[in-house]
Amino acid sequence: MKFGTFARFVAPSLLLMTLFIAYPLLSVLWQSFHLTQGVFETATVETCSPGFGGQVCTEEVRRIPVLNDKGVPTTKTTFVGLDVYRSVLKPESVAAAFSDTGNGLRDVLNIDFYKALRFTVTFTFITLPLVVGLGLLIALAVNSIAARVRGPVIFVTLLPFIITPVIGALSVRWLFIGDGILTVALERILNRELALFAQGWTIEILILFYRVWHVAPFAFVIFYAGLQTINQDTMEAAVVDGASRFERLRYVVIPHLMPLILFITLIHLMDTYRVFEEIIGFSSQAHVISLQWLTFNYLTPNDAGTRLISSASATSMLTMIGIIILLIPVLRRTWRDHRVGG
Amino acid sequence: MTTARALQMPTGLRVANGAFVAFWLLLAIFPLFWILVMSFKIPVDSFSTNPLQVIFGFETRRTVGGLSFLDLALGIVVLIAAYRLVAQTIGKAAGYLSLGGQVWFGWILASVVYAIGLALVFGWLVPLVFGLVNTIFGVIPLLNALATPVVGLTTEHYRAVWIENEFHEQFLNSAVVTAGVVTISLTVGTLAGYGLARSGGSLAFWLLVVALVFRALPHSVLVSGYLPAFLNSREWLGPLWESGATGWFFGLFSDEPPTLFGKHLPVIIVLVSINQPFTIWMLRSFFQNIPRELDEAARVDGCSHFEAFRRVIIPVMWPGVITTGLFSFLLAYNDFLVTSLLLDAEAQTMVPAIAQFFNRETTATDQVEAIAAAVSITAPLFLLVMIFQKQIVSGLTAGAVKG
Repeated sequence: MKFGTFARFVAPSLLLMTLFIAYPLLSVLWQSFHLTQGVFETATVETCSPGFGGQVCTEEVRRIPVLNDKGVPTTKTTFVGLDVYRSVLKPESVAAAFSDTGNGLRDVLNIDFYKALRFTVTFTFITLPLVVGLGLLIALAVNSIAARVRGPVIFVTLLPFIITPVIGALSVRWLFIGDGILTVALERILNRELALFAQGWTIEILILFYRVWHVAPFAFVIFYAGLQTINQDTMEAAVVDGASRFERLRYVVIPHLMPLILFITLIHLMDTYRVFEEIIGFSSQAHVISLQWLTFNYLTPNDAGTRLISSASATSMLTMIGIIILLIPVLRRTWRDHRVGG
Repeated sequence: MTTARALQMPTGLRVANGAFVAFWLLLAIFPLFWILVMSFKIPVDSFSTNPLQVIFGFETRRTVGGLSFLDLALGIVVLIAAYRLVAQTIGKAAGYLSLGGQVWFGWILASVVYAIGLALVFGWLVPLVFGLVNTIFGVIPLLNALATPVVGLTTEHYRAVWIENEFHEQFLNSAVVTAGVVTISLTVGTLAGYGLARSGGSLAFWLLVVALVFRALPHSVLVSGYLPAFLNSREWLGPLWESGATGWFFGLFSDEPPTLFGKHLPVIIVLVSINQPFTIWMLRSFFQNIPRELDEAARVDGCSHFEAFRRVIIPVMWPGVITTGLFSFLLAYNDFLVTSLLLDAEAQTMVPAIAQFFNRETTATDQVEAIAAAVSITAPLFLLVMIFQKQIVSGLTAGAVKG
């Protein structure tokens, strides 16, 4: 295909990605070094209390927003260097935590950013093997049940995957919150009172459970599709050679599925690193927060009605650094393949 | 397909396998089944700690009424029949409704027809017929036990959600956003995917790598970029309206520059762009599986690249496009982050609306209404998997999995 034709085919998509992904990225980078604030002037105001005899007048110095000719408060954007990053990363508090009087890591993990980072990273790496393992297990199991019931089984299996994440999280939460049906069942088994939404680690387990439940069906579909393309001759040859069931799995099935396992791993790392909907669905912000939730929180208007765009941009940039570190192995591998493949 | 005897499982393993599948199915369906059950009960039953009371709704049955044995038996038969009918006939129906050979049109039309049909059957025909059957059995002396209610059921929460709280407005907003995203995403994506599949050049490779990095970006990063621009769009779009050269053109659409915040179209474009990297990766691998000889033959016959694409590729690309379209649908329909930050209350879609509804301090009745709303959001997705299940599995087998 000639370059001109190629360019015309790709142009609309490229235009969208440049305007709405690449350009916002640059502007986020710019915003993270700048701070927009309302302009205030100090003025001396005299207020007098109403009264007949002696009026009491007080003078006080107040800060009043400067209005422009349309009556809208003016704002000024200034370059602040790394100040915004400093307000997010709080290096002084970290230093204080590790000083003689501090509590070390425990104090650091109470700072919002580190708390979110800790949860996001552990969550990503704990769910990964669980999702791949469960997906593979379901795929192998479904692949060996009678063909007649496979249709309905696949239908039910796909349901947790297609359900809206916020709704899925809510539906799991309704089972456990307060005197939820499963909390009561657990209390009866363990013979003790439980409050699963009162501390961080129980919520984390629920979020973990929810995420595996939600994503395993996607891994299942991909693996199941992969299992349909296994070469039956190789399978039979393995049987003739006396390979046991486990050996066939180990030396025929898994190598065949290896590219798909890598594919799932990649997609899972990307998606889980931006964990967010669970925090909303479980309303866990008091105990458990994630990096993306932190940005979301800065972007929603606070009590004073302002959006902390600069702080949001700074956390965004820090989140991005994390995702790039995660992606480096994949990108290097792709680059090697490309150079070899030519 | 018959499996060689040596490959068959021993009985013990087969039983264990079946038990595992059954356990997984229970796990997969339980939370969804439970919110469905809760949504049909009055709050006393919904939030009871006794599972039997939740399922059978003792209080609901006493105060409102419910379903009899007959209803349950008939209901199960109707449900299974509906599932089988939809799963088996929709492919044919879509083929039949493909007016002028447009398969995509056939699928959309068939989906709409089936959705309306199912809504009619379950909303109108089923209550009518069941009521009739129950009255008939109720007067027969020995069989009237079958017609007395055993499971409590009330639809008041659904009525409250859809009629009193006007949930249909949010439903329409969701429908507009989702339809827009799927259509634009696929149009732009198929062109790019085809171009990328047919060009083996270095440029195409780098584009795909960049798209991969874009795919990994958390959406909140992008929204932090949009938000200030969307809120202040009146200011920075101003010059386009004021200058003589472009002012007359933009003046045709509106008298003054629009605020992009809270409008559907900007959100659609944003979601399309966010979805673009995944779409072009997926469609590219589908197009790679369509033999090159096909379009080369058309080129030899004197077609340009675009004509070859239109006449030869479009008719054979539907399995891939349907699978990719499903993923676009899920992205747009399920989105919370982008829509909750970029849309105002008036243009709000269903998912952020229900999350806000739920996080308020509410009474038990409000909570059950939130559950009913959650079930309502899930119903179209349920229908979607029912209709497209075969396409999802076969589409993935055919394309993405090899890429």
